[in-house]
Amino acid sequence: MTTLPTESQKSAQIRFTLNGEETDVSFAPYKTLLEVLREDLGHTGTKHGCELGECGACAVLLNGKPVLSCLVLALDCGGTEVLTVEGLGEGGNLHPLQDAFADLGAAQCGYCTPAILVTAKALLDLNPHPSRDQIREAISGNLCRCTGYLQIFEAVEAAMLKIADQRKSVTQIPG
Amino acid sequence: MPKEKDSRKTLVDAPRANGDGLRVIGVPRRRVDARAKVTGQTRFADDIFLPRMAHSKLLRSPHPHARIRKIDTSRAAAHPGVYLVLTGKDVPIQYGILPVSQDEQALCVDRVRHVGDPVAAVIAREELTAFEALDLIDVDYEILATISSPEEALATPRPRIHEYGEEGNIHKLVALEFGNVEEGFAEADEIFEDTFFFQGSTHLAIEQHAAVAIKDPDGKLTIWSSTQTPHYLHRALAKVLEMPAAHIRVIATPNGGGFGGKSDPFNHEIVVAKAALMLDRPVKICLTREEVFYCHRGRHPVLMKFKTGVKKDGAITGMHLQTLIDGGAYGSYGVASTFYAGALQTTTYHIPRYRYQGCRTFTNKPPCGPKRGHGTPQPRFGQEVQLDKIAEKLKIDPADLRLRIVESSNAVTANFFRLGTVNLAECIRRVVKVSDWKEKFRKLPEGRGVGLACSAYLTGAGLPIYWNKMPHSGVQLKFDRSGGISIFCGATEIGQGSDDVLAGIVAEVLGIDTFDIRLFTGDTDLGPVDLGSYSSRVTLMAGNAAFEAAERGKAIIAAAVAEKLEVPKERLRFVDKRVFDSAAPEKGVTFQEAVCLAEARFGTIGTVGSYTPPKSPALYKGGGVGPSPTYSYSAAVVEVAVNPITGWVTVPKIWIAHDIGRALNPTLARGQVEGSVYMGLGEALMEEQEFRRLPKKLSHALVHKFPSILEYKSPTSLDMPEVITELIEEPDPHGPFGAKEVGQGPLLPIMPAVASAVYDAVGVRIDEIPVTPEKIMKALAEKKAGRDPRFGPSHFPHVNWPEPLRVPPPWEGGDGNAVNDVPRRQKSRQEKEQVLAP
Repeated sequence: MTTLPTESQKSAQIRFTLNGEETDVSFAPYKTLLEVLREDLGHTGTKHGCELGECGACAVLLNGKPVLSCLVLALDCGGTEVLTVEGLGEGGNLHPLQDAFADLGAAQCGYCTPAILVTAKALLDLNPHPSRDQIREAISGNLCRCTGYLQIFEAVEAAMLKIADQRKSVTQIPG
Repeated sequence: MPKEKDSRKTLVDAPRANGDGLRVIGVPRRRVDARAKVTGQTRFADDIFLPRMAHSKLLRSPHPHARIRKIDTSRAAAHPGVYLVLTGKDVPIQYGILPVSQDEQALCVDRVRHVGDPVAAVIAREELTAFEALDLIDVDYEILATISSPEEALATPRPRIHEYGEEGNIHKLVALEFGNVEEGFAEADEIFEDTFFFQGSTHLAIEQHAAVAIKDPDGKLTIWSSTQTPHYLHRALAKVLEMPAAHIRVIATPNGGGFGGKSDPFNHEIVVAKAALMLDRPVKICLTREEVFYCHRGRHPVLMKFKTGVKKDGAITGMHLQTLIDGGAYGSYGVASTFYAGALQTTTYHIPRYRYQGCRTFTNKPPCGPKRGHGTPQPRFGQEVQLDKIAEKLKIDPADLRLRIVESSNAVTANFFRLGTVNLAECIRRVVKVSDWKEKFRKLPEGRGVGLACSAYLTGAGLPIYWNKMPHSGVQLKFDRSGGISIFCGATEIGQGSDDVLAGIVAEVLGIDTFDIRLFTGDTDLGPVDLGSYSSRVTLMAGNAAFEAAERGKAIIAAAVAEKLEVPKERLRFVDKRVFDSAAPEKGVTFQEAVCLAEARFGTIGTVGSYTPPKSPALYKGGGVGPSPTYSYSAAVVEVAVNPITGWVTVPKIWIAHDIGRALNPTLARGQVEGSVYMGLGEALMEEQEFRRLPKKLSHALVHKFPSILEYKSPTSLDMPEVITELIEEPDPHGPFGAKEVGQGPLLPIMPAVASAVYDAVGVRIDEIPVTPEKIMKALAEKKAGRDPRFGPSHFPHVNWPEPLRVPPPWEGGDGNAVNDVPRRQKSRQEKEQVLAP
């Protein structure tokens, strides 16, 4: 799953699941997951604001949990499941979080948005009915300089209700 | 323009039937670029990857002030994987955003002026290789004495950081007097003198600056850059590269936040352009976060002294403001900032006599420039806190005091700024009501307090940065047989929603959906010039240009449809993608059919619109900074809780009312207000662009105290209080559909409201921003010791002010000119440019 480079080789290889697709990639062994996603796999939806683990703009889900991809070595990601903003929607439809963020002004410049979206998804996966304070807490590692966060909180809450509704309607479909 | 209506409250985010019969404008909508943003498909500059693309890195000075004796790049050039090494001699021509401050070089030739000033660039196959090669460049520096503060700059005229400016290390001196201020003070019942300090802060846009340049197949140059001002970058590139501007194309990529920090032409942009031309391959650069801190151009640190005379009833009889401004190492927008620091005091309250003296000095720190509110938040802080003190002394409620002295609509101020609609009184009344101010002010338990403050901001600078008589914004529309419309405009999307403004206005006028519109913006080749996303100008200026272009298109289409339907064209309406007879709505055609009829009748349909601001009555030298077609107004109440043991301040709630004219898209308007409140709160409580000297044995350099996001404290989601936003809508005749600005004004009242709330809570005056726990504890200790319960500067240093230009205000028969200045028409072109600013 992970091939380390020998002395004479310049690249390492991993196989992992990226947004549900089995993916092989070779890359310079010093690269972070962020760099491999953006530079070697063309997944530029994930952003960076410091590459030091301070701003939160590069968050992705690694095995379902939010991580700062600028602090993760790609070499450590063999066999893992990674979800980025590109993998949020399904079947051509936006994820309810994406819809809510778009409708409610939660994305202004949109630069911190991909990371906040996946972080919010991780929260809702774990806790389908978070309180406002739990939402605040969950995204407190993601800096946004545009919105003042309030429309982000509201969008997460709107998505939460929509997802709950969808679940309800699924469970109500008769056997 | 549609019929105007009474002011009313917008129920934010509650879709409503628009009372004006508008279908798009005023209705909360998903912005046109929202889908791209939430799917990660917005292509920011660093998201551009091109075949054969090389990467660039800059070698930056570790010294705050030094002469460059010699640069040896031979080892770097020989490093495997390095394509090119550039030094100052490759790009020696000086540039700068203002015509009067052409003091920057893309790579320093013989002198560095702050830590982070670039001296060489490496272009290599890999970014890492470029990094490695920086270590192989040998620079021989001769260390020079450094200046760390304006006080030092005043006391140390030699060595000069620049060979231009007023004298010594003074970059710019301004002295203006509108009416006899001493007479004003003589009439006063009380005179207040207060000094304040406002620390610098930085934009901290989450996107780091990035740029990619290519030599086009035909030999021309294209550059994509995270710039707020593609037109000004276009001009700077033509100058430095000595290329015809017609052979340069600048594409402003959507900015991952701007806030003013991407408004200057930058050295890294020039470097990648030069390298791409030399190498004939794409060249990219993306700055590290540390580099962004050293590029800066943020809020100037300002020391201020306000002397204000008032009658017992609160009427102001005269005001004298002095500012000492820390400009950093280059001019940037600084001349404009110096004027701005004294410009807008008169726009909120009636000030019959006003004197302003401003001094900007050079220091060996990263240059300061425009940050949200450009030059005006610092004096607004001082003015509003002083008003709080005045209200207390006069025993008048601070809200009532302000209501007595607010300026009125269409007034011309002492410094000859013509105001548009002024709904500041309504803003004050609204926040007083919704915050329950009367039940809280001076009535909350010890440790809790409320503060109130107001502000104004321009809706677009009335004059361009360089002297010209051309429009400030242009829009071109292409009407397609498909029924779709393409909008071409130089306006730059920095997150504020400029694309949505354009689409919304065009869709409203033509009765179509914003989804039927394609936008081509921020591209100097594709669209007519828009001067850039600064000074809150895009909604009004590009918006009016779009309105004009759409109306012209509508007239052409109406003529063709009227002929076809045989009805008078005045009776036609454009609604819901149909063009029909208002007297017989069933009689009509689809919008697409209408476009086809027009194309068949008149040929290919394209229209243009443009906007030039009205002429300002401020004719005196310096009167070019501050005029605007109209101004926005804000009033805010901030509630704080102060822990008397630790000095820690928490903010449970903020109420803000903003006089916006009309909210074109209320969802976005509310976002701009809340974002401004957030950024103001950061400045009020924690944000500091601060410097320190390294110990002598470690070079003694003047370095940024914390050039990292972790250490530069900004509010997180945990710090953000509840915000109640009230939009006051009385359409202003100058704005498209009556719109005024919203992106900057609501930031301004937050800092003074916080400081006044702290006073209400624990009885100490913090006359300095940010209001930190340390300062509160010091002031509480003073209070306990029975001394002046205050923290802040006590002294304003001596400055050799020039004789002020004396401009009699309108009510003294003034005509907008200075009585002691040679007529403006005799002045040189360069001096003319000096007053033109963003």
